[in-house]
Amino acid sequence: MLEADYHIEVEGKDGGSFNCAGDDRALLAMEHQGQHLIPVGCRRGGCGICKVKVLSGEYETLVMSRAQVSEEEEANGYALACRLMPRGDLKLSVVNQIWIERRKEQLQKRQLGG
Amino acid sequence: MAMTGVMRPGFVQLRVLDLDEAIAHYEGRMGLELVSREADDRAYLRAYDEFDRHSIILRKADSPGMDVMGFKVATDADLANFEARLRNKGLTVSEIPAGEQPGMGRRVRFSTPTGHEFDLYSECARSENGPMTDNPDIWRHEPKGMRIVSFDHCLVYGGDIDGTAEIFTECLDFIVSEQAVDPGDGTKIAIFLTCSNKAHDVALVRFEADNKFHHVSFNLESWADIGHAADLIARYDMSLDIGPTRHGITRGQTIYFFDPSGNRNEVFTGGYTHHPDSPLRQWTADQAGKAIFYYEKELNDRFMGVVT
Repeated sequence: MLEADYHIEVEGKDGGSFNCAGDDRALLAMEHQGQHLIPVGCRRGGCGICKVKVLSGEYETLVMSRAQVSEEEEANGYALACRLMPRGDLKLSVVNQIWIERRKEQLQKRQLGG
Repeated sequence: MAMTGVMRPGFVQLRVLDLDEAIAHYEGRMGLELVSREADDRAYLRAYDEFDRHSIILRKADSPGMDVMGFKVATDADLANFEARLRNKGLTVSEIPAGEQPGMGRRVRFSTPTGHEFDLYSECARSENGPMTDNPDIWRHEPKGMRIVSFDHCLVYGGDIDGTAEIFTECLDFIVSEQAVDPGDGTKIAIFLTCSNKAHDVALVRFEADNKFHHVSFNLESWADIGHAADLIARYDMSLDIGPTRHGITRGQTIYFFDPSGNRNEVFTGGYTHHPDSPLRQWTADQAGKAIFYYEKELNDRFMGVVT
């Protein structure tokens, strides 16, 4: 069991949960735990693929591309998971769900030997 | 093509979210020389085997991506000639005055249908730290970090890649070395253009949005140096994209990763030598996996879709 400060729950039909220390970034903690609940892009706040809406909980963010998260969106709880550090348990929803779908399709093809 | 006219990619100006972090990456990890940091929040860097003052410019901004990529042309007469050809093609051309970048001569700027800006220039100050020329040692100081030899090319994403490629071939004498097409309707998916003996100097991939940046690429000396870069990426928890692997297209051996602002970097070695009489190499979309990742033979969403 990893040392965990906070519990992060990702809502939706492909949702699930993972743990994240307060000094870690949510997306990186998720990857380290082998989960694929949020799509992973550049991991550095630039590409916007891992954009989430925080439904509940306290958090802080590092600098994010303004082309991906506007000031208004930021004020309304949108963030890039790779730049998000929890300050309490969080509930999130994934913005770019299509990336999760595509990954599932790819994995299915591979299992079918395609 | 004799190396006249457009000679090579000379610089790229990238936007970064944090200039200190970006310098720590490009200087500290990748091993470029920090040439200067200016009051306008731009930093200038170069690779050890480049004669010119700088090749990589980092500009602090609120979103990452590429501002502009510059090509060096052989003479000022060439610059005037290319400027006239771009204007005759009906393009809007603007002049960036000498000194807008330290040590840089006047630049001719044009925009492409894919929304990217490119500059041409013929004069750039020489680095005081450049490669030796008299009974030269292999390098002046041992290469550091990823041991980057030189800035090599960029790949950019946008809609009308045919239109952008046409400017490079008709106005600037580039040659399409390689392309990927939809086997059904022949739509070009990717176009690789060269102005030199390299397999590519700039590459274009069709995408739903314009003015997107896929990667800046740096040349390394050997496949062993690609492994060394991979070791550094692992040791320092840099954000790996994919590799080490090899491309079917260009045959380059490669590893991709992201800078601290999410701009994709490539370090690569190898690739074939292009000649003016080399026939066009073509891939069909059904073989795209092999074209992009020759060993894995499988595309990856992140590599194909993540851009800044």
